[in-house]
Amino acid sequence: MLENLFFGKLTLDAIPLHTPIIMGAGIFMAVVVLAVLFAITYFRQWSYLWHEWIASVDHKKIGIMYLLLSFVMLLRGFSDVVLMRSQQAIAAGSNLGYLPPEHYDQIFSAHGVIMIFFVAMPMMFALLNMALPLQIGARDVAYPYLNSLSFWLTFVGAMLCNVSLVIGDFAAAGWLAYPPLSELYYSPTVGVDYYIWSLQIAGVGTLLAGINFIATIIKMRCKGMTLMKMPVFVWSALCAMILVALAFPILTVTLGLLELDRFFGMHFFTDFAGGNAMMYINLIWAWGHPEVYILILPAFGVFSEVVATFSQKKLFGYTTMVWAIIIITFLSFVVWLHHFFTMGAGADVNAFFGVATMIIAIPTGVKVFNWLFTMYKGRIILATPMLWVTAFFTTFAIGGMTGVMMAIPPVDFEVHNSLFLVAHFHNVIIGGVLFGYFAGVIYWFPKAFGFQLDEKWGKAAFIFWVVGFYLAFMPLYILGLNGFMRRMNHYSNQLYQPYLIVAAIGAACIFIGIVLQIIQLGVSVKNRKALRDHTGDPWNGRTLEWSVASPAPVYNFAHLPKVEELDQFWLDKERRLSEGHIHPNELHYHAIHMPKNTPAGFIIAMFVGVLGFALIWHMLIPGVIGFVGMLATWIARTFSTDIDYYVDAETVKATELAHLKEMV
Amino acid sequence: MHAEAIEIHEHHDMDSTDVFGFWLYIMTDCILFGSLFATFIVLNYQGMLSSKLKNHIDLSTVLVETFFLLASNFTYCLAILALYKEKIRHVQAWLGLTFLLGASFVAIEVNEFIHLAKEGFAWDLNGQASSFFTLVGTHGFHVSCGLLWILIMIFQLPFIKTASIAQRRLTYLGLFWNFLDIVWIFVFTVVYLMGAM
Repeated sequence: MLENLFFGKLTLDAIPLHTPIIMGAGIFMAVVVLAVLFAITYFRQWSYLWHEWIASVDHKKIGIMYLLLSFVMLLRGFSDVVLMRSQQAIAAGSNLGYLPPEHYDQIFSAHGVIMIFFVAMPMMFALLNMALPLQIGARDVAYPYLNSLSFWLTFVGAMLCNVSLVIGDFAAAGWLAYPPLSELYYSPTVGVDYYIWSLQIAGVGTLLAGINFIATIIKMRCKGMTLMKMPVFVWSALCAMILVALAFPILTVTLGLLELDRFFGMHFFTDFAGGNAMMYINLIWAWGHPEVYILILPAFGVFSEVVATFSQKKLFGYTTMVWAIIIITFLSFVVWLHHFFTMGAGADVNAFFGVATMIIAIPTGVKVFNWLFTMYKGRIILATPMLWVTAFFTTFAIGGMTGVMMAIPPVDFEVHNSLFLVAHFHNVIIGGVLFGYFAGVIYWFPKAFGFQLDEKWGKAAFIFWVVGFYLAFMPLYILGLNGFMRRMNHYSNQLYQPYLIVAAIGAACIFIGIVLQIIQLGVSVKNRKALRDHTGDPWNGRTLEWSVASPAPVYNFAHLPKVEELDQFWLDKERRLSEGHIHPNELHYHAIHMPKNTPAGFIIAMFVGVLGFALIWHMLIPGVIGFVGMLATWIARTFSTDIDYYVDAETVKATELAHLKEMV
Repeated sequence: MHAEAIEIHEHHDMDSTDVFGFWLYIMTDCILFGSLFATFIVLNYQGMLSSKLKNHIDLSTVLVETFFLLASNFTYCLAILALYKEKIRHVQAWLGLTFLLGASFVAIEVNEFIHLAKEGFAWDLNGQASSFFTLVGTHGFHVSCGLLWILIMIFQLPFIKTASIAQRRLTYLGLFWNFLDIVWIFVFTVVYLMGAM
């Protein structure tokens, strides 16, 4: 009885000892985790880790932690790619490959979930945290403690998803877990519960982060920075975060209702007793379509920053750029039905959503032409961030065009759920979102770490990524048009096989690209002295984040900047050239008020993790511990008054003078 | 020097930012309820299985329930007035009364749920029952969270030394509590009045 209260449905059978691939991956993960823990202990870094990172509320450090999480999860998501591509390359005709269908189903479900929720989303929040407060001349985000909580909730969600690999199984119902397949009577294992709770926890983290950044952008801009003087990255972030605030509650409800169906036997999405499975699909895409714009808008922001900087020109058409973002934000809420034209809503409904979808191409086209006109007659520097942008132009244009094709309902009926669709969304998500984020990470890397990334290895990685991308996904368009459906672990027609072998070679090229990125990181860390960014402005930038040291001091700005124009820092530099330097010794420094670090966010998130795991396995006692622990930590924190401190004037002065000395 | 003095104290002047953030949270909660209402309406569409909710609900109980919740909102406003007069004892007393009224609301609701389940209208009966229990239950859960929050505030108030912090926290709680009233008006109309038709 007690055992049941404590362990719920969990038994030793939940660990798939008989499946060598899973156990191998699990043991590998365990070894890596143990090695990291051992290294931290051996080098006596626990205290440093706890005080400087885990308890940190500094947006710059939280950004770095988001980046690390997303990179680790990229490796995890990519290992799924290796399995899927190799399976499809060999499993033709009489050869069944090496992955049984039930395992293959888990792999593609996990791949989608990980890449969207635990790679793309954390990388977006990494960029926002690394750059945004600096761009608007603020000392931190609006709610630093909430920011830490958001990160740790995302982290816990990702870890629950990883745990499912070894303990139990993951959802095998696709990345959006459509019912009735995801209902208890078709998916009786804990897989879908892992899916629900890892996304639910990470989703709450995202929602809180969204609120945080909206408040930061609306309320924390420095003097003079009116809305139309904000950098385009800030605009894109604002619109993306508004989408987060509008869309993520729908996700919370949708997953919650699915869990109620599974846990309490309710009938929201069952195919009997008055349930309505299509309602789930409507609800999930009412979140899901804005979600893809949540991902792409910040990438558009990055492109705008990078193109202007590396063309050494003011961004062309700032106002149209901003309005294009706003229009896309609005339209993203009236197109969700294009994900299921085949539902049979009728010609009128399909026509409306088809036309609305096609209209999105217009503001997007405006943006692409604005970037091209920015480059026109600019002095273009082809550094790695700019290379990613150039690759984005062609790749995203192809993805956009296939998107418009599928916006035509009769065409969609032909290619729905085929590899054509798979090729399309990888085309826009890799070619748009990921390339953009890579550009952003390389662009802001020196600001976060104080040294640049090695250009030579970066360019090599870029070539393999781009070539690999085209090899991997262009054959999928052809296959899709020839009737090859998605999510198949085996096919009998061997004429398909050559294309899938090419796709597998493409995945291998991307793998080499990832390895080269790791080498790039290693080489850069090794040569960090030579690659050191002395000036704080390595790219000859235009916006405020480049006006401070790299890495930025904990308080960001010794004096809060005042803005008169867009690209204020560029203006300041031009003025300095004509008017000469200000003498820093004459500046008066004063103490700066900052929030204190707190481990509360981390502790709350850990209890939430316990609660989530307990809910997945129906464990009563750990669930109560998790719930009470979460609540108690939260309440205890509200009693704490010692939440801020002053960086004294002497420290500020010393830090600023050290930076100025390094500059000359 | 004056400009610098403002800059130093800028972080103290965060009240408006904080309240703005809480408004944003309320908006997201609004969308959460909006989705639940949409689900409720879809699953109670007239073409669906014959409606059973109206055979079980007793509107007079729901009206009493409604008055308890609205009255708790009034007493909460009195607590805020007492706060402006800096009479902490009175604030605590009014909050205590708010708690009792809110708790009565929850008690009546739980009672109603048990009654419905006993009569055979349980949440796993069909889609209509599921959507009813989920929508009304989510509201009830929010009210329960509010009750816990009120208790914490009653206990915490004497420990808060800065007046602005106490005011800010009670402003949040007030926004939350008012919001739940507004949601309840919609629940009362859409679920009970239209459901009884």
